[in-house]
This record gives sequence, structure tokens and C-alpha cells, in this order.
Amino acid sequence: MRVDRITVLNVVTAIAILAALYLALIQAPDPANVDSEAQRYAQRIIYFHISNAWVGFFAFLVTFLGSVLYLWKGERRWDILALSSVEVGVAFMTATIITGSIWAKPAWNTWWTWDPRLTTSTITWLIYVSYLMLRSALDDPARRARFAAVYGVAGFVSVPITFFAIRWWRTIHPVLFDASNMGLSPNMRFPFFFSLGAFTLLYFTILIQRVRVEQLADRVAQLKASISASIR
Amino acid sequence: MSLLRQIAAIIHKDVTAELRTKEMFSSMFVFALLTVVIFNFAFELRVADARAIAPGVLWVSVTFAGMLGLNRSFVLEKDQGCLDGLLLAPVDRSAIYFGKMLGNFLFITVVEAIILPIFSALFNVNLIQPWILVVLLLGTLGFSGVGTLFSAMAVHTRAREVFLPILLFPVVVPALIAAVKLTAGLLDGQALADMANWMQLLVAFDIILVAVSYMTFDYVVEE
Repeated sequence: MRVDRITVLNVVTAIAILAALYLALIQAPDPANVDSEAQRYAQRIIYFHISNAWVGFFAFLVTFLGSVLYLWKGERRWDILALSSVEVGVAFMTATIITGSIWAKPAWNTWWTWDPRLTTSTITWLIYVSYLMLRSALDDPARRARFAAVYGVAGFVSVPITFFAIRWWRTIHPVLFDASNMGLSPNMRFPFFFSLGAFTLLYFTILIQRVRVEQLADRVAQLKASISASIR
Repeated sequence: MSLLRQIAAIIHKDVTAELRTKEMFSSMFVFALLTVVIFNFAFELRVADARAIAPGVLWVSVTFAGMLGLNRSFVLEKDQGCLDGLLLAPVDRSAIYFGKMLGNFLFITVVEAIILPIFSALFNVNLIQPWILVVLLLGTLGFSGVGTLFSAMAVHTRAREVFLPILLFPVVVPALIAAVKLTAGLLDGQALADMANWMQLLVAFDIILVAVSYMTFDYVVEE
């Protein structure tokens, strides 16, 4: 059997994710400053929750760069990169919001609160869902790529402004949770950063696969066109 | 022809077309009024003080009515083949963007000018204060700036009018928050200096998103 580079990447990623699972669920120590047993278990979700959030925002940064490059160079591969990264990013962002809610129920005693981070994540998620809807609503491939790139740029520019707006708006209310003063004990740091790395690797693995799918789809379309041309 | 005259010519074209039909204007106005009335019914049962919800209701009705106007902006151009004419005309693409954008800005502002006294009466608040008007203009500028760009995109989608709100709302959230915050603060009699960060945020949003829209508009209209 021929082993290509992508297979190696898949296997390495799978091992890394399994190791991250072990580290987060078994090896990592229990948190010290929680009251109930439910909170003690729920705390372990941060290893995945923060990794998901990081990958989500990173994916949208890649989309922004892909969009800018597409508008500048007009090459199809940048459009493919932008599209693939949005799809992966939306999946990770969805996971972020869901894992956050699962954690919030025992920790804050509510599934949802309009905290700055939560609100920014939700609006970012909405922007990129709109991006995908925009793509599916356009028929002409060249126009779809151009419009999507324009939206990828405008949407990404709006995200940091949204974050500031909501943070200022919410500081009037008591802040329920702030990551900077939660802190991680030293023996939690290794599982945490390992998990961050493993999820980043997972992002690149899925991204590469998604890019390949799109390239194959392009080739199929080309072949179809050339066959129907030769029949005629 | 200088850029300013080109922009003025496009605004003139839009205003003339609108004055002949009054289609967009009347629907925006009635819609804004309806939004205010609906909110009145929806909130009256629970809210003791109408002042508390007035800024939010004002901005929701302005954005919803503005959405109607923005939608028509490019639908007419496309259906009548006017957009092709504009693109063929020997004018800069940025003139088309700024012409359409300022036209939309003008229509929304006129609707606001009429709705504001009515709104003040219905909610028993005095909205006609100089700084509230400034906030209203700044909010409308950012909204129509990025709205014009997205409106030019939405007309090419299969769903057309349905699509603009989906594209526009998530992106204009920061402008909306800042505008509502400022309006509420001014109504409560807060000093503007205490809310300088909100004003900066609103101005920054306007500058950044109008600049992005201006730079990317070419890619949206090109065939």
C-alpha cells in the first residue's frame, strides 16, 4: 500500500486528538476552586471549548486572507481556501457555542447569558453562516467567488468592532466570568496547550481534505464539460 | 466631469426617479410608522416607562425601514437595465458607489426627519436634540454605507430582497449598539464627554466600513 503524506497527516492527527482526550479527561487534575461535583467535571470541557474557539477564529482569519488574496490575484485557489476555511470554522464555532453552553449550565446555572464573548461568538457565527448562504444563493461561479470574497472581508472587519462594542456595553453589568483571572494551575497547562495544538492540527487536516474535495469537484466539472463537448 | 459632479448627477437621477413614483419613500415611511406602533403594542403590557425602550424601538424602526429603501436601490437599477448604463457611462466606479450611497443616505434621513416628531409624540420623549440628530446621521451613514454594497450583491442572488437583511444585520451590529447607547445616554441627560468612546466607536465603524465598501464595490458591480 502506498502511504501518501495526507494519510500520514490523518493518522498523526487522530493520535494527537486521542492523546488530547486522554490528557483532558484523565490526566489533568481536578480544579481546586469549584463547589459542586457537576462543576468539577464540567471544568474539563475547557480543554476542548477554548481550542474550538481558537480554531474557529483562526479559520475566519484564514478566510479573510484568502478573500483578500482572491480579490487581489483573482486565482481560484484562494477562493477555494476561503470557502474551505469558512466551512471548517463554522463547524468549530458551532462546537464552541455548544460546549460553552454545556459548561455554563453547571457553572453559571444558565445555558446562556449575553456576555461579550458569547455575543461576539454568536454574531461571528451568524456572519459566516450568512457567508455560506450567500454562496449557495449565487449561480454564476465567478460572481459567487467575488461576492463571497467581498463579504469575507467586510464581515471580518466588523468582528473586532463588535467585540469592543459589546465589551463596553456589558462592563456596566457585573462580569460573571473573566478568563484572565480564572488561571490554570501549572499541571493543567500541559493538557491545555497540547489540546490547543491537537485541535489546530485537526483544523489543518480537515482544511486540506476540504480543499482537495473542492479541487476534485472542479476537475469533475471540467471533465464533464470536455466530454459533453466531444460528444457534440 | 469632476468626481463630485458625477456623484451629484447620480444622486439627482435617484431623487428624480423617486419623486416621480414616491414608491420607496412612502413604503419606508409607512413601514417605520408601523414598526413603532407594533412595538408600542408589544411592549405596553410589560414596560412601565416608555423612555426605557424608546432608543431601541427608534433604531429598530430606522434599520427596518432603511432596509426596505436599500433593497429597492439596486432592484430598480437592475430590472430596468440602468446599472449596465451606469457602468458604461464614463464615470468612475467610486462615483457610482458614493452616488448610490449618498442617495440612500438621503432617503433614509428624510424618512427619519418625518418619523422623529411622530415618534417623540407617541413615546413622549424629546428626540429632537442636536446631538441625537448627529448620532442619527452617523448611524445612518454607516448603515447605508455598507448597506449599499450588500444591496448591490443581494440583487444578484436568487432570493433577492430576502437576502439583504441576512447579509447586513450581523455586520452592522456594532453601529447599532453604539447608536442605541448614545441615544439612550443623551435621553437620560448624560454628558457627551462621558460617552466619548461610543462616539469614537460609531465614527470608526463608519470610516472603516465605508472605506471597505468603497474599495470592494468595483468587484461587486463588474461583469
